[in-house]
Amino acid sequence: MTILQLVFLATAAVTLVAALMVVVSPRMVHAALWLILALAGVAVLFVLLEAGFLGIVQVAVYIDAIAILIIVTVMLTQRAMGEGGRQVNRSWLWAALAAIVLFGGLLLMLSQAPGSATVATPLAADAEATVEDLGRALVDVDRYVLPFEVASVLLLAALIGAIVVARPSTEARREGRQP
Amino acid sequence: MSDPFGAIGGWLMGLLQSLGLEAGPARFILQFAAAGFLATILLLSTLFTIWAERKIIARMQDRLGPNRVGPFGMLQSVADLVKLVTKEVIIPAGADKLVYMIAPLLVVTSVVAIWAVVPLAPKLIGSDVNVSVLYIISVGSIGTLGIMLAGMSSNNKYALLGAFRTVAQMLSYAVPMILSLLVPTLLAGSMGTVAIVEQQRAVPFFLLAPLAAVIFFISSLTEVGRAPFDLAEAESELVAGFHIEYSGLSFGMFFVAEFLHAFTIGALTATLFLGGWQGPGVEQFPLLGLPYFLLKTLAVYFLLIWARATFPRVRIDQLNSLNWKFLTPLALAVLVVSAVTDKLASELGWNRILANLAGEGVIVVGALMGLWAYARSLRRRQESLRAQVTPSRATGAS
Amino acid sequence: MIPLSWYLILAAALFCVGLYGVLARRNVVAILMGIELMLNAVNLNLVAFWRYVSPRLIAGQVFAIIVFAVAASEAAVGLALIISIYRRHATVAAEDINMLKW
Repeated sequence: MTILQLVFLATAAVTLVAALMVVVSPRMVHAALWLILALAGVAVLFVLLEAGFLGIVQVAVYIDAIAILIIVTVMLTQRAMGEGGRQVNRSWLWAALAAIVLFGGLLLMLSQAPGSATVATPLAADAEATVEDLGRALVDVDRYVLPFEVASVLLLAALIGAIVVARPSTEARREGRQP
Repeated sequence: MSDPFGAIGGWLMGLLQSLGLEAGPARFILQFAAAGFLATILLLSTLFTIWAERKIIARMQDRLGPNRVGPFGMLQSVADLVKLVTKEVIIPAGADKLVYMIAPLLVVTSVVAIWAVVPLAPKLIGSDVNVSVLYIISVGSIGTLGIMLAGMSSNNKYALLGAFRTVAQMLSYAVPMILSLLVPTLLAGSMGTVAIVEQQRAVPFFLLAPLAAVIFFISSLTEVGRAPFDLAEAESELVAGFHIEYSGLSFGMFFVAEFLHAFTIGALTATLFLGGWQGPGVEQFPLLGLPYFLLKTLAVYFLLIWARATFPRVRIDQLNSLNWKFLTPLALAVLVVSAVTDKLASELGWNRILANLAGEGVIVVGALMGLWAYARSLRRRQESLRAQVTPSRATGAS
Repeated sequence: MIPLSWYLILAAALFCVGLYGVLARRNVVAILMGIELMLNAVNLNLVAFWRYVSPRLIAGQVFAIIVFAVAASEAAVGLALIISIYRRHATVAAEDINMLKW
């Protein structure tokens, strides 16, 4: 057991336990905090996979933005479902069954796939995938500029959509301006 | 003496290895100890910076500041620390205990972790990550998470309101901060702080992009939550904002985190815009880098203190409109213009400083014209409102 | 060292846990959290394959970055919708949001 394997196993265990607690916690605030732990675990795994830039982007996008949004939403909607409300709907058993069956199927498929046991070859010393390479790939006309631009348009649409959806209705706005 | 810090590190490694450890664990222990040493020095340095701030603000307000405890009141911070440590930590009934205790830890950790990528002297840096600008942004925002958790777990609606306002303030001002952080990245061609400092050997980036430095300064002021943007913890308005229910050492942690964050802003501005450890004679004597860095950091910290003592607090709506209507478009314009002028200057061989300053000058002129037009339209609206009100008042009186 | 299958199994497990969260929870925000877990599992898969199979091609990381952008925009719009629904109907239970049902 090398150090790297130990680190991977520890991180994987933490991530899985946190993910399980996310879907099981009755209190939403706790679930949000477990989610942050799971996301941090995935960030550590990215760093283990030598995609350090992606690890930091994971922290910046998921934990610093999405997780805070989720916590704010939980705080704003906390009164809706009290502590006594049920947290799982009527078909939770079927959901658990579906998840387990899917996991079993994926496990079977992975054990039969040919290349799964490949061990990581050490990366070349000049580190092909630097941040600069990533940047160039995203704007290179022959490579990935189209998904990049489409993602930008998607983000713009989401920005405008979120603002429009979350605005108070017109009556409230009119009242706000002329009390 | 070209690499004194490397020599010290090598000597310590030799010491540990002579005690029987192998290279790997010895290295790990050394790094751990160095990180602990840096964190301890930082947290202890807040004692000095808090004293300096109180004295300077006092002098600006024509009073003396702490002058009883120790010579010139220098031990006042120590006395405050002892007081905070000996106070009881009261956890409010109904508070979420685990979250309540974790929140101050998150805030302090996020501030101290920024120092891992600040280059203190040539070859003296915590870890030379080549994406340190992004690291600074993401780690700095973990403090925002800690503040949200503190407000949420306190079982107190004023704490919650304060936390909401603080988080909204921090999230919105993160946008111009990130945009202005991209400008030194652009000018240096790398996101690593070491590369950014080394690229400032000829000319500090403050001369190439003064507007970006100013925008970074203002938005970082707001990120920290210091005056004039301290409406989150406005002592006279919201009681104490998100840390109402905290007492004793957990409040001390928020306190220390805020002042350390202010000092960190000084360090970051010095690194990114003023040249970090660059200065005359630093190539021959790398040890000189440390005093240069400290001098620049303290200079920016003095600016922070000056801003706090001078400006009145802004309202939340003024804060929001300043950000979205002024700072963010300005930061975007600065980013685009800096990119264009820097590329043009390097392609066409113009003087880099003059080209960039010309671009910034265009932005400043444009911004001033926009502000003048906006002020004129506001004035017109005010006059038209007054014209509407006065005739009715005249008829009512008569 | 660490074989690729370990990462793939972990990603599969995360995906299935997220799937359970989406299918079984009543609170809409909890469903969103399950979706985020699934997206993270997908990202983990992508980056693991990039590292082990084709570390010279940057496509794996590009794909992962696009997934980040998609996840961020979907979370933003989803949460805005949830807050808007809560304002009108004072509920965040998924089974109570049935206004469009016949």
